[in-house]
Amino acid sequence: MTAIDTTAGVREADELRADGRRPVWEEKPTAIGQGAKGAALTVALLIILFPVWIVFATSISDAETISRTGGLVVWPDGISLDAYRELLSGGEVSQAMIVSIGVTVVGTLFSMVVSVLAAYGLSRLGTFAHRPLLFTLMATMFFGGAGIIPTYLLIQSLGLMNTYAALILPMAVNVFNILVLRAFFMNIGQEIIDSARIDGAGELRILLQLVLPLSRAVLAVISLFYAVAYWGNWFAGFIYITDQDKLPLQNILQQIVLANERPAGMAQLIGTGQIPSLAVQTAVMILALLPVAVLSPFVQRHFKKGMLIGAVKG
Amino acid sequence: MSQSTAPHPPPPPSAAETRQPRRGPGRRGRTGAPGAGRPSARVPLRHRLRRDYPLILMTLPAVVLLIVFAYVPIAGNVIAFQFFSPYAGDGFFDSMANSAWTGMENFSRMLDDRDFWNAVQNTLLFSSLQLLFYFPIPIALALLINSILHRRLRAWAQAVLYLPHFFSWVLVITVFQQMFGGAGLVAQLFRDWGVSDSFDLMTDPGFFKWLITAQVIWKDAGWGIIVFLAALSTVNAELYESAAADGAGRWRRMWHITLPALRPVIALLLVLQVGNMLTIGGEQYLIQRTAVGPGASEVLDSYVWNTGIQNGDFSYAAAIGIVKGVFSVLLVLAANRVAHAMGEQGVYQRR
Repeated sequence: MTAIDTTAGVREADELRADGRRPVWEEKPTAIGQGAKGAALTVALLIILFPVWIVFATSISDAETISRTGGLVVWPDGISLDAYRELLSGGEVSQAMIVSIGVTVVGTLFSMVVSVLAAYGLSRLGTFAHRPLLFTLMATMFFGGAGIIPTYLLIQSLGLMNTYAALILPMAVNVFNILVLRAFFMNIGQEIIDSARIDGAGELRILLQLVLPLSRAVLAVISLFYAVAYWGNWFAGFIYITDQDKLPLQNILQQIVLANERPAGMAQLIGTGQIPSLAVQTAVMILALLPVAVLSPFVQRHFKKGMLIGAVKG
Repeated sequence: MSQSTAPHPPPPPSAAETRQPRRGPGRRGRTGAPGAGRPSARVPLRHRLRRDYPLILMTLPAVVLLIVFAYVPIAGNVIAFQFFSPYAGDGFFDSMANSAWTGMENFSRMLDDRDFWNAVQNTLLFSSLQLLFYFPIPIALALLINSILHRRLRAWAQAVLYLPHFFSWVLVITVFQQMFGGAGLVAQLFRDWGVSDSFDLMTDPGFFKWLITAQVIWKDAGWGIIVFLAALSTVNAELYESAAADGAGRWRRMWHITLPALRPVIALLLVLQVGNMLTIGGEQYLIQRTAVGPGASEVLDSYVWNTGIQNGDFSYAAAIGIVKGVFSVLLVLAANRVAHAMGEQGVYQRR
């Protein structure tokens, strides 16, 4: 995208400030300015972190603490992991966790294989049919999803209703991700690839042994994007899955927190107050956010670069 | 589920293509490397085919998946001109072949459909609110983050700000439920303080428009800063230095250097946002629909789902989808026009 196209300056300006030193020509910050900035940042971070903390604190609180506060817990006095223990020891939520983890792992692997192959296949300019193939991919970005009605009818007539494939196949290819990968591959020095070819390496070998090891950062980012999409997908489960025991975690989360249903097998424990229903709700929320909260910080330093390449080079 | 017509900034292939001329001596013969320069008349078709078939095979899985799950459904939209019955035949296409054609009837039906117009009204209202209240926040946050010199602090702040983007919509909504719902934190405090006994923002139809705007801000405002940070990091530091040497204070530098650097990105995102005005919806609305009722929450996307899949009125729903798609394209083109008129690049370049 030419609009934000000045990659040449990226490193320069970034590195100048990267060591955290103020350039000599810049004025000393005023106390008021510093204070205002600090306050704004604190508020922004609190708005994000405070609800997450409360949910977490409630999920690890014992029944006594929760009933004393009359609801959500800001600071857990009595800690109890009963809700997690019950949820993970079989039953509806465990089953949904298995479904979600399975769909996320299989889906991400599948998406990555398909996307990396396509991105590499399209990364060499002037190959046979390069332009028509690229156009076939990019045109779908303009038209977006073709409409939920025909897609739904298609899934139905392919016999995919109520299968895990319906949770994976329709969203397996993300063209934007392929374009980011492709841009990254195109930036790899052509000389390396040429020398490998002279040594007799085939395309697959070049991809696996040369290109992929050089692309770890972008592979991590794109894998995370796919994984997050699969993990967080509620809609596919909602329309394509009718068996309760095939539903992914997000759908179960909706049932438990928003529709206020009790997970099968735990009704008794909740009814008798052994485990507060609030602890169950918040524990399921934590289970639903845990994977992305754990993974994304590791990948986050690559985000900007990935986005830049995707936006600038396409 | 969205049928967005103008989703990501689709980069013109030509820009990248022309930038990297991969020609070199000895790369163009029949044994030459794939991608050695433009297709050349000197390399016959069958040699190029033999040379490049591994690369084409690699691309095929993605292309096949897209044809099945993106192109076939596009073709499936013809049911909008039919009275489609899924029971008319064996499978989608057989049913399609056996269904009666109705011409534009499904389209004219929209004119008298009050629910449809309610959905249109809600959609436009919600996306205008987002344009007004959501859009400026990432810009402000990016300026704030950019002004932080402390490296660790900046990285931490970014990690936290990005986080909600990776939460699913269900999770975001359940978090709001725990904060502002009938049994949520605020309701709990209000009960303790004796302010109110029946506080529940999650089921209040009148408040719904603010609720969803707040949810969008909470989820994505932090993530939205990335593209602005990227644009800011491309500003040549010498510009600031020389401006400072010329006596420009920090506000003047921000006004004359930082903001102009963001201008093209802001224009681009505005165009895309306007183009997507009709495409808000999906999970966020479907999940909360039962809580506040369709009158307050129905948007075009959820209405398509509701009439089509819930009520089995497939043809009518597909027709709404088409109308939405066409108007979205028109919106992008119009917004892009305006951007061009203001001297910006927009999504595609003016030729």
